[in-house]
Amino acid sequence: MAKVIVVTSGKGGVGKTTTSAAFAAGLALRGHKTVVIDFDVGLRNLDLVMGCERRVVFDFINVINGDANLNQALIRDKRIDNLYIFPTSQTRDKEALKRDGVDRVMAELKKDFDYIICDSPAGIEHGALTALYHADAAVIVTNPEVSSVRDSDRIIGILASKSRRAEKREKPVEEHLLLTRYSPDRVQKGEMLSVEDVKEILSVPLLGIIPESETVLKASNTGMPVILDPGSPAGRAYEDAVARFVGEQREMRFQLPERRGFLRGWFGRAAS
Amino acid sequence: MSTMTASRVQGGIFTLMVVRIGDVHDPAFGRDLEEQVARSPGFFAGAPVVIDLRDCVDCTSVADFTALKQVLRRHGMVLVGVQNANPVQLRAASAVDLAAFNGGQANGNRRAAPERPVSDSAASAASASRTRLISQPVRSGTQIYARGGDLVVTASVSAGAEIIADGYIHVYGALRGRAIAGAAGDMSARIFAQRFEAELVSIAGRYLVNDAIAPEHLNQAAQVALIDDRLVILPGWGRG
Repeated sequence: MAKVIVVTSGKGGVGKTTTSAAFAAGLALRGHKTVVIDFDVGLRNLDLVMGCERRVVFDFINVINGDANLNQALIRDKRIDNLYIFPTSQTRDKEALKRDGVDRVMAELKKDFDYIICDSPAGIEHGALTALYHADAAVIVTNPEVSSVRDSDRIIGILASKSRRAEKREKPVEEHLLLTRYSPDRVQKGEMLSVEDVKEILSVPLLGIIPESETVLKASNTGMPVILDPGSPAGRAYEDAVARFVGEQREMRFQLPERRGFLRGWFGRAAS
Repeated sequence: MSTMTASRVQGGIFTLMVVRIGDVHDPAFGRDLEEQVARSPGFFAGAPVVIDLRDCVDCTSVADFTALKQVLRRHGMVLVGVQNANPVQLRAASAVDLAAFNGGQANGNRRAAPERPVSDSAASAASASRTRLISQPVRSGTQIYARGGDLVVTASVSAGAEIIADGYIHVYGALRGRAIAGAAGDMSARIFAQRFEAELVSIAGRYLVNDAIAPEHLNQAAQVALIDDRLVILPGWGRG
């Protein structure tokens, strides 16, 4: 039975597309047949982050409109078996996400895939609502700052009222909090909200903490999901998050400042 | 040591004394207790007592609780239960037949009747009482209106959310959004919050924004009442 996961946040720029790419890659690496769909019509980015921008012929909107079929639009990842990218249109706008067309595409994908990851646009308008509508689970991407937390809170409310599961009064959408761009150093200085603060405000189970890392920018610029970079702390944190998502127990890493060098490490530990 | 009276309404009203204890192995402990009791011996005679373990970490074994029971007994008090116990303390306490009480407030104020069991339905309007019970967090951007009755929220109300009732509002969690009680003009309506951080509170049209609320009232239990046409914030569940 296919599981639809929406990666959402309300606020823009918090790491939804990076997270969608990492999650899709992580699930596919574990052997699940996975497709990641870009719902950000008009601001097409997922294909860039996945490094397949030069292979896009047909897109999500073409399929919704019946101008192309799924097999023509789905792009098979060259690095990972079982991973497919479903790019969107750069020239259209969110209104092109017609309800019945999206319903039909989702139903078709569900027959073929284990996981369908919906990369939501920012905001709480039509694009974001369409992205979350079919969700069985939601990964709520939040930065440790007040505006992001408030927007996440808003989107959690919308998941509970406007998703298909809410409309049909089925079991509510599973909620998972993913704290991204987390910098323990800045938390200690009081410049960022701590994990505990965010958990307390949102009261949603924590799926993972992704440390702020330069490797994320490098990975998205080179079109490689950060989870494929074993040298990246963010990549390892995403791997942990995916493992937890599928039910494995993993220790919550990256909560404390990174130890730089031997001496700093000892001082760091003595201080904590 | 501080004393505190808490009342529970459950088919009858009874008052319990809460004794907040620190280090039980400290010789000063017994002495302090003795001093307190000596000041008003009649008041403590035969009184049922709950101990608050918030500041006590060393009282963890069955023997500790048995000793504590005896010490209190010596001063005429009957130990009936514990409050703010950690899981280890709870296990030891229940082994010597002590009941676990819900945690009260740190400042020694009164506490209202116990929370009702959480209902599964998020938006069920109780037809008989016209009280609306919400057991899910009220998220930013959400508006809930309890028409013609009270509103009880057994979770937190986020910043950017709005809860409205024609009657009273009770929040058994953090109140961070807006709360509007007595929306139809009932000047006797009140707002209660276990953790008061509201953006705005209003009763029968009078309102206060967070900025106008004295900081000492924030981040703790509080109630809001309309007294002499002015909104007044009372810490904890104190008599107003």
